[in-house]
Amino acid sequence: MKDNNLLEIKDLTIHYITNDGTVRAVENMNLEIGKGETLGLVGETGAGKTTTALGIMQLVPDPPGKIVGGEIIFEGENLIGKSHAELRRIRGNKISMIFQDPMTSLNPVMTVGDQIAEVIKLHQKSNAKDALEKAKEMLTRVGIPAERSKEYPHQFSGGMRQRVVIAIALACNPTLLIADEPTTALDVTIQAQVLDLMKKLKDEYKTSMIMITHDLGIVAEVCDKVAIMYAGNVIEYTDKNRLFKDPKHPYTIGLFNSIPDIEEDEDRLKPIKGLMPDPTDLPSGCPFHPRCDKATAICAEKAPQNTEIEPGHFVKCLLFEA
Amino acid sequence: MQEKLLEVRNLKKYFNTKKGLLHAVDDVNFYINRGETLGLVGESGCGKSTTGRVVLRLLEATGGEIIFEGSDILQYDKYQMREMRKQMQIVFQDPFASLNPRMSVSEIIAEPLVVNKVFSNRKEMQARVKELMETVGLAERLTQTYPHELDGGRRQRIGIARALALRPKFIVQDEPVSALDVSIQAQILNLMADLQKEFGLTYLFISHDLSVVKHVSDRIAVMYLGKIVELSDYKSMFKDPKHPYTQALLSAIPVPRIDIQRERVLLEGDVPSPINPPDGCRFYGRCRYRQDICKETTPELKNIGEDRFVACHFTNNLKAAVK
Repeated sequence: MKDNNLLEIKDLTIHYITNDGTVRAVENMNLEIGKGETLGLVGETGAGKTTTALGIMQLVPDPPGKIVGGEIIFEGENLIGKSHAELRRIRGNKISMIFQDPMTSLNPVMTVGDQIAEVIKLHQKSNAKDALEKAKEMLTRVGIPAERSKEYPHQFSGGMRQRVVIAIALACNPTLLIADEPTTALDVTIQAQVLDLMKKLKDEYKTSMIMITHDLGIVAEVCDKVAIMYAGNVIEYTDKNRLFKDPKHPYTIGLFNSIPDIEEDEDRLKPIKGLMPDPTDLPSGCPFHPRCDKATAICAEKAPQNTEIEPGHFVKCLLFEA
Repeated sequence: MQEKLLEVRNLKKYFNTKKGLLHAVDDVNFYINRGETLGLVGESGCGKSTTGRVVLRLLEATGGEIIFEGSDILQYDKYQMREMRKQMQIVFQDPFASLNPRMSVSEIIAEPLVVNKVFSNRKEMQARVKELMETVGLAERLTQTYPHELDGGRRQRIGIARALALRPKFIVQDEPVSALDVSIQAQILNLMADLQKEFGLTYLFISHDLSVVKHVSDRIAVMYLGKIVELSDYKSMFKDPKHPYTQALLSAIPVPRIDIQRERVLLEGDVPSPINPPDGCRFYGRCRYRQDICKETTPELKNIGEDRFVACHFTNNLKAAVK
């Protein structure tokens, strides 16, 4: 493990074994996250982004989910194979997660103060009173007046609820924060507020972050590195600047072309042809080949390997294999 | 000279709620020229979807006029309205909820033709359904499939085919691509642009996604709490937004580029409740330029030249407001 790395994912493969066949949700994934770094995990519905997050948290529902192989090295230790008790000490403490929908991730019959205090009590062995004090402090940190700690989630707006979720996630000062589409359910002006807050707190606490999103605009704003996923595979992985200046994989290029550019006028969008493949019946060879403009005969036969085309820039495409 | 297909004057829609009168659409004015797309943007609860529905009389207006091709359709009776509906159609946001799960693709697309007794002959009707499926890019083999067998993009194509079935002039697009992934979203946006050109359609395009709205619209109206705060052609709006809310809204969009740094205007707080709103500017509580007059008098939507409309007391003079 490299010194500055907080998390290394090596050859991670996660399958869902269902009656309709095996879903290859994550295939041979290799990623690294340094201390204080933010990695963007980008892809469309069903690309395997959330499964990756659940994999890191060791929360993949089993059955039908199975971690078939690979390692998840967090702070030097492999998370796969750890006991429930050990994992419980890590989750919510060293690694915590922010989910997409703040209404379903908060408990509707518990005050927000108690929900924040719960994590603190569990992980920091503090008594109820101190925990509640700390909870109030967390609330102020995320921009909610401390006196609202006695209110219930339904008394808050969507943006405020997501702030509460962020307060819970950061209450124990985690080293890794996984945010799964944290602003997708929010309006754009509220999204701007929440992203701004997350950036600020991340810097303050020096937390590393995995930002799962389908929005390349959010990536441009908050990430240091980006991994683009398609049908369970990380098809391109590099630092943000390189990805935006010089995307290589045809799918990445297609994604950029599909988004209307707000700075320039364009008559027509250049969408990616075709549809997402059926996850239980992925195309042979490269899973993207039926939709790819650059596909040749070999793409249907041979699965591309992860290729480092220049230091720190990985692409899974036969075009770049020597 | 461009001709107005639809004009909305002083349109109001209030809902009675337990807590009081909810001003969903409050004194809204706009027009749409033939063949044009007017984008209607705003955040959740601003009244944009309600506006779309009231314009089609899917919801009854509380007051105002809706002039379609010269006559006020709010005066129409049930029978006149049924005729009228052939001219005006809608595509809904959620292609899962807006299609009957127990009808096949061809039945769904044929439904408006059946209801309006367009064809007496079954064969002709089927030919029309086939033609419509081809127009929106649905393969013929899907005729007998059911919505649950199809992905979101194809489902939205069914919704579009159904809206086109009666050869309408005007279509309300209510967040038609919000539920779709970006690669599919781009396909549907291109399809809608092609159809507009081919059939000379006029769109009211409702969305919360500003980059999508900018891409499809000729002119854009920005709504906030039931009122239009700014309306102008898309270019001027994006280049030089006049209303403080438009400025904040545009600056909040995360832009997928790293070569452009934009100054961000962060708004404080949340959108207030539309129930019994106070007098004065609806944006008062969140505006960084607010003055006493903003609290007392509601600003009118005024033409500031070149067909740009802004509802703010300090248009062109925002800096002076914060002395």
